[in-house]
Amino acid sequence: MVGVLAAALVFGGCKLPSFGFYPGATTQGRTTFQLWQGFFIAGLVVGGFVLILILWAVFKYRRTSEDIPKQTQYHTVLEVSYTVVPILIVLVLFVFTVLAENKVDATPANPGARVSVNAFQWGWEFDYPGGVKVIGQTTQAPTMVIPAGTDVQITLQSLDVLHGFYVPQFNFSRYASPGYKTTFDFNVLHPGTYRGQCTQLCGLYHSLMFFNVRAVTPSQYAAWLRAQQALAQLKPASVPQLPSGVKAGSSGANLSTSGSDAFSD
Amino acid sequence: MFLLFLGVFFGIVGTVYWFWSYEDGGTMMLVGTAALGFLPGLYYFFWHKRFGGRKFFFWGRAPGAGDRPSDSDDATIAEGAGVVDSFPSSSIWPFVLGMGAFFTVLALVFGSWLAFLGVPLILTALTGVTAESRRGGHV
Amino acid sequence: MRSVTEVLNPPVVVDQPHGAAAPPSSGDHGHDGGHAEHGPTGILKWLTSTDHKVIGMSYMITSLVMFYLAGIMALLIRLQLTTPHATLLSFNQYNELFTMHGSLMLYLFAGPFAFGGLANYIVPLQIGAPDMAFPRLNALSYWLYLTGSITMLLGFFVAGGAASFGWVAYAPLSGATSSPGIGGDVWIMALVLTGFSAIFTGVNLVATTFYLRAPGMTMFRMPIFTWNMLVTGILILIAFPVLTSALIMLFCDRHFGTHIFTVTGCHLVNGLPTASCGSPLLWQNLFWFFGHPEVYILALPFFGIATEVFPVFARKPVFGYKGMVFATMAIAALSTGVWAHHMFTTGAVLLPFFSFLSLLIAVPTGIKFFNWIGTLWHGQLVFTTAMLFSLGFLFAFLMGGVTGIMLASPPIDFATHDTYFVVAHFHQVLFGTAVLAGFAGLYYWYPKMFGRMLNETLGKWHFWLLFIGFWVTFMPQYVVGLLGMPRRVASYPSNLGWQSYNIVSTVGAFIIGVSFFILLVNFVVSWRNPVPAGNNPWDAHTLEWFTTSPPPHHNYTHLPPIRSERPTWDYNHPDNLTVHHGPSKSPPKEKVPVA
Repeated sequence: MVGVLAAALVFGGCKLPSFGFYPGATTQGRTTFQLWQGFFIAGLVVGGFVLILILWAVFKYRRTSEDIPKQTQYHTVLEVSYTVVPILIVLVLFVFTVLAENKVDATPANPGARVSVNAFQWGWEFDYPGGVKVIGQTTQAPTMVIPAGTDVQITLQSLDVLHGFYVPQFNFSRYASPGYKTTFDFNVLHPGTYRGQCTQLCGLYHSLMFFNVRAVTPSQYAAWLRAQQALAQLKPASVPQLPSGVKAGSSGANLSTSGSDAFSD
Repeated sequence: MFLLFLGVFFGIVGTVYWFWSYEDGGTMMLVGTAALGFLPGLYYFFWHKRFGGRKFFFWGRAPGAGDRPSDSDDATIAEGAGVVDSFPSSSIWPFVLGMGAFFTVLALVFGSWLAFLGVPLILTALTGVTAESRRGGHV
Repeated sequence: MRSVTEVLNPPVVVDQPHGAAAPPSSGDHGHDGGHAEHGPTGILKWLTSTDHKVIGMSYMITSLVMFYLAGIMALLIRLQLTTPHATLLSFNQYNELFTMHGSLMLYLFAGPFAFGGLANYIVPLQIGAPDMAFPRLNALSYWLYLTGSITMLLGFFVAGGAASFGWVAYAPLSGATSSPGIGGDVWIMALVLTGFSAIFTGVNLVATTFYLRAPGMTMFRMPIFTWNMLVTGILILIAFPVLTSALIMLFCDRHFGTHIFTVTGCHLVNGLPTASCGSPLLWQNLFWFFGHPEVYILALPFFGIATEVFPVFARKPVFGYKGMVFATMAIAALSTGVWAHHMFTTGAVLLPFFSFLSLLIAVPTGIKFFNWIGTLWHGQLVFTTAMLFSLGFLFAFLMGGVTGIMLASPPIDFATHDTYFVVAHFHQVLFGTAVLAGFAGLYYWYPKMFGRMLNETLGKWHFWLLFIGFWVTFMPQYVVGLLGMPRRVASYPSNLGWQSYNIVSTVGAFIIGVSFFILLVNFVVSWRNPVPAGNNPWDAHTLEWFTTSPPPHHNYTHLPPIRSERPTWDYNHPDNLTVHHGPSKSPPKEKVPVA
């Protein structure tokens, strides 16, 4: 009942507070946000109920006399109900979880764009069709340019240790694993720049592995991509390959720009 | 009984997991845990049958021949009188064995010379403990 | 030349005492079959003791030392995070500190305090046994634990410093290429030693509970603390061998050229590794198959402590005893099936299976909560320090549990994984159990162990400072985690508004630090000005309160009849015997309830 109530509130379109969560800049993030609101409400109700019970007991049953209180040891009806009701609540939460999860994890067949992301110690490389590479390390914070309003499919892997690809405002993160490729989709709602950071401990400069995601209109994206591809064709040598074992503290001079200055806005 | 329950439970969970995910690592671990339940559980099951107790921990109401006072609701303290077990009261060997394990393990990290210290300690301790047990006391 | 062993006692064969006389007075140093107490004294006595009480005490003291050390590390971490780009610690030192903070707290404090310390001391007493089933194995467990702890701390003194790959040591970061120093190997070996220590303790716990119960102490009359320790013991046997094996494999990867978990150095064909490459995912699977039961190994003993304290200070029996037992078993069983909820963000695990089981754990945990509340309900509550700490645990675990439910949902986990939201969640549950309920146990059983009381006023100061400090420290972390602050970072951007939350959190941490200082003062003051405790200062219910404080060698010279889960209560309150009281007002049934 609690879960259904929560669901009704959330999906009925009531304007609920965000409870501290980002509303989600992608359709997937939006789904997660609504799930969060439902869970938060359920948590408030259940947690609040239990809290009130505890506080009530603590204040009401303080010792007033030396009499021995009634030594109740069980109450079958009550015990059964507080076994069954939580199971029902959990089932409701699970159903909503699976529904949201399927939406968030879905990777449709024809995305509007594809980007390959390689994480490395301690930066990010974004590969686009046509040999376009955007690389930056630590505070150079490379920018991944993607079109808004359409599915963008990201294929993620790591070149050395585990890293975490995390964009807070998308309400999403995924591990970059070496030797294993994982795929997910973003459908960004509005153009804008969204910060990202590595979340999985990856060594010395883990704290500095920043990147940005820049969503632009599809036509701007197409123009940008064509320009980048042209650059890549003309001067392949100027698009550096990633040196293996790159260490932070090197001058970084051999790494490309973040790509966003090729953009006029 | 408990152990058999463990075995059955993990057997079921493991089977469900395998058919749902076809993932090797987790399935093996669940199967291993099922084995952990079945191996000693079956042993005790047959042992108990042989020695007459019809009662297991969780059900069985009538006391059987294989019953112990600790499992009987009405046992009096006097029924448990007599020798409980032998409890070695002081022994240097756990300490020696611990030190031996310590140095041997560190040998893997710092260099095999430590093993010259650790391994003899382990061997001494094992001998000492065996001798101690056989003589029912100190060496 | 006289060898060391000649001065040792022969093993004592224990006669069970006949019938119940008056409970032993503290002047009565139990006669056990006529053997007088002589034997090694001083440090040799400590080195050779196989008495579960001495071993339990050693465990508790060592683990508290580890706790304080880890606490100091936490303070350093919080100091570093007070400003966005602090230079107090280098990045490497910071990584070492959080790795060691986590490792010490989880491997060397919370577990050993519970199953090595309190359980060792209390379980035999609660079931009327003279000692643990395998006393020398018990002693070995302690020595392995002590040497393991020393090994872990050695990490700080070796070249390259301590391990810095997090307490979970994810591969390939923990492999030879990324973490080449000896610190990592020292960490691995420390856990191998303590792992075996835990396994042996698990064996002892299970064997003792099954085989050494006093007459009449059937399984369903055991105190809930002992039940929880039994289940914990079984979980230890399921989980720790997996960790130990995984650690050995990691060591092989680091030194013997294997590629079990690492991928670097092998060939990628069409972007995919060839068959000879390892799988970092395998490390995560193995580690968390251990790791999740591990956190329940850490939690269940402390649930047990709360279940001991609430009835005593409410003057009622445990509500829903059987429900508690089955809930504990359900929690343990489910906990072995949820390990991959730590891996939701890999994109490589079966989400619904693990999500469903993780959500389901809320049900038995909820049953326990309601039973605790039922125990308090209509009771006559007294707020001793032990009771305050147990209530504090309830509040902390309630919120920690709710946030855990949120994390069990993969989409929410995608958004919060590896952020401070998770850090706040697990600190709430771990702090709530290991620290709050742990201190409840300390204050509750201290009189039994030492024969004197801990100062209640200082105890209350300790509690309130700790409790307030706890909320001040961790509530801001939830918020800053939702804002996007990842964990395990030594610095953070200054333009995102995270600093104010971090400052508040650091202030809270120092409040906690002050409370620990008060605990130390309490220890000293209570020792200097002893207030004698007697056998049963709390009018407590379970068997251990029948014997003297501290208990004599082999624990019991006399035993009361055991007809319920509250033998001492029944002995002291013959008009209010623990016959199963249901909710109705009709008189209790005549026949003795069947277990």
